[in-house]
Amino acid sequence: MAVNSTPKLVGTDVLGPLADAAEFHGPIALPADAAPYAGAVETMLTIRRAEERIADGVADGTIRCPCHLAIGQEAAAVGVAMHLRATDRAFGAHRSHAHFLAMGGSLHGLFAEVLGKDTGVSRGMGGSMHLIARERGFFGSVPIVGATIPIAVGAGLAARMDGRGDVAVSFFGDGATEEGGFHESMNLARVLDAPVLFVCENNLFSSHLHIGLRQPTNSVARYAVAHGVPHATVDGNDVVAVAQAVEGAMASMRQGGGPFLLECITYRWRGHVGHREDEDVGVARKADHGRWKGRDPIGRLVAGLKARGLMDDGALARTEAAVALRVQQAWAQAVEDPYPAEGELLARTWTTGGAA
Amino acid sequence: MTRTAYGPAIREAFEWLLANRPEVFTIGQGLWSPWYVGNSMTNLDKQFGVERVIDTPVSELATTGAGLGAALCGYRPIVIHPRVDFMLLAVDQIVTQAAKWRSMFGGQVSAPVTVRGIINRGGEQGAQHSQALHSWFAHIPGLRVVMPATARDARDLLIASVLHDDPVLYIDDRWLYEVEEELPPAGPVSLDGQGPVVRREGTDVTLVGCGFAAHQCLQAADALEREGIRAEVIDLRVLNPLDGSAIVRSTAKTGRLLAVDGDWRSCGLASEVIAIAAESRDPSRGALRAARLTHPDAPAPTSKPLEKAFYFGVDDVVRSARALMG
Repeated sequence: MAVNSTPKLVGTDVLGPLADAAEFHGPIALPADAAPYAGAVETMLTIRRAEERIADGVADGTIRCPCHLAIGQEAAAVGVAMHLRATDRAFGAHRSHAHFLAMGGSLHGLFAEVLGKDTGVSRGMGGSMHLIARERGFFGSVPIVGATIPIAVGAGLAARMDGRGDVAVSFFGDGATEEGGFHESMNLARVLDAPVLFVCENNLFSSHLHIGLRQPTNSVARYAVAHGVPHATVDGNDVVAVAQAVEGAMASMRQGGGPFLLECITYRWRGHVGHREDEDVGVARKADHGRWKGRDPIGRLVAGLKARGLMDDGALARTEAAVALRVQQAWAQAVEDPYPAEGELLARTWTTGGAA
Repeated sequence: MTRTAYGPAIREAFEWLLANRPEVFTIGQGLWSPWYVGNSMTNLDKQFGVERVIDTPVSELATTGAGLGAALCGYRPIVIHPRVDFMLLAVDQIVTQAAKWRSMFGGQVSAPVTVRGIINRGGEQGAQHSQALHSWFAHIPGLRVVMPATARDARDLLIASVLHDDPVLYIDDRWLYEVEEELPPAGPVSLDGQGPVVRREGTDVTLVGCGFAAHQCLQAADALEREGIRAEVIDLRVLNPLDGSAIVRSTAKTGRLLAVDGDWRSCGLASEVIAIAAESRDPSRGALRAARLTHPDAPAPTSKPLEKAFYFGVDDVVRSARALMG
């Protein structure tokens, strides 16, 4: 007897154009004060070229640890980071190279970390999925889905207790909203009035499964309604839309306001893990993939800046060249760097008394 | 010196910490209730305010994660789980997060969160209101596990846990809340250098336990002395990292070891104690005689006679020790 091997979408589309790969391909509309967004191009290019370098390292076997790339999703990380300060506390997840770099984390420290080197940001003990740059306000990323969401709530509670207007930020994907801890955390943050910016990068996929196979609608903002948390849903490939939503949320959060959920609709160009585009997994992905590249967060921003006369081909070429050089130099250095010594295994386990 | 029971001694630790360390706060279920955590936290909310003594929604995972998050930001939170059973909903945050953040970020991050799990069993409470599971947690590198058996330790090891820069799981036992001891005034205590202690010296058999089981071992040693058997009693106190030297020294002398543990047998703490003694045994001294006394490997029952069969008493400790003498 034949079996039906095609799973049925259960989710209804409530996002409309935001989730439509054919939409939002034009230049990004810039606000009157557009100067900061020229810098955003360089940051996004740095993220993309760094991740392409990492992808090449995965492909040729230089990098062995699991790498989850955010190519195509750069705008959400950069737009949020534009309104953070070094005393804020952001937490990431498995796909956090972009968050780390957007907040000013070291390119060389990232490369050395994915290579397992002693000079990595986690001293070679973490790899791609454990990044940290506390001096920049990036407090750590871990790959257990949803795990840093309650941790960010505690960081937000600490910020509230400190009383200096700092906030906590939790970056996670749409898959994390299916974890119980996410809902506990939203409720707890609301009850404690903890200033936590929950940033869901809804890229419509968790690993291989489309959100329509996992949830009754394709937007996660309804959970904010359920938990009494103010929220916004934006085109996550529009750095201006992201930054403006964050700026609006911060105005209240830094004045003693509680949590906020920002849903950024986006799409990853590579597979769940590794360097491949992985078009063969998941429903609808193959058809949408090419069109989503037309919603490129970098290309659209560059087009917007050019339309306003704030960038020309020469400036873009100079930025590209500068980024390429920094990536190349940081990589070359990281490849040469030493590995951690064997004794570090025990020494780094305990604060005191761990050395063998 | 003031005569103080184990439960109020825990409260003294909270009082000292909250009064002397502004970075300490406590968060968990039932903290504004007079009955959730026995007499161990009574009216702390009224004394120190609900901003530092925080009662929470029924969200063990988020509450524990929030404790870790605040610890990463300069605070020393104490997360309360009124039962170990409830704490299991937060295992990812304890085992996979708090215990590993230091190592996986290259030793650059300290997570000084203390998680307090309370063993609250007996009284026909059954399978899901009776677990201890300290062996599970003592298995985890990076997670210190502390289990006080006396009023003094209940207070001082809690202070030490909170002041330490590593995450600590502090497990206390409601069956010990009435045990009294003369206590000096509370003060700062370091967890470094704390470990198993010999509570009573003896030459014939070594009894090893932690928490309530250590208390039972001491009572059993009294009874054994009346039979002319001199038992040495070791209270483990700090289960992870476990310093085995007291066990090794004692069994070198007695040649007999009864590992007593108020938890299950299979892959448990009693097995670890025997393994430590066996591995270090000098063969020229002859074979080590060893036995375990634990709960049977079954979930805790509710029915009275089954509960009687499930939990061992001091008489069982005495009988097991005596059997090793034959």
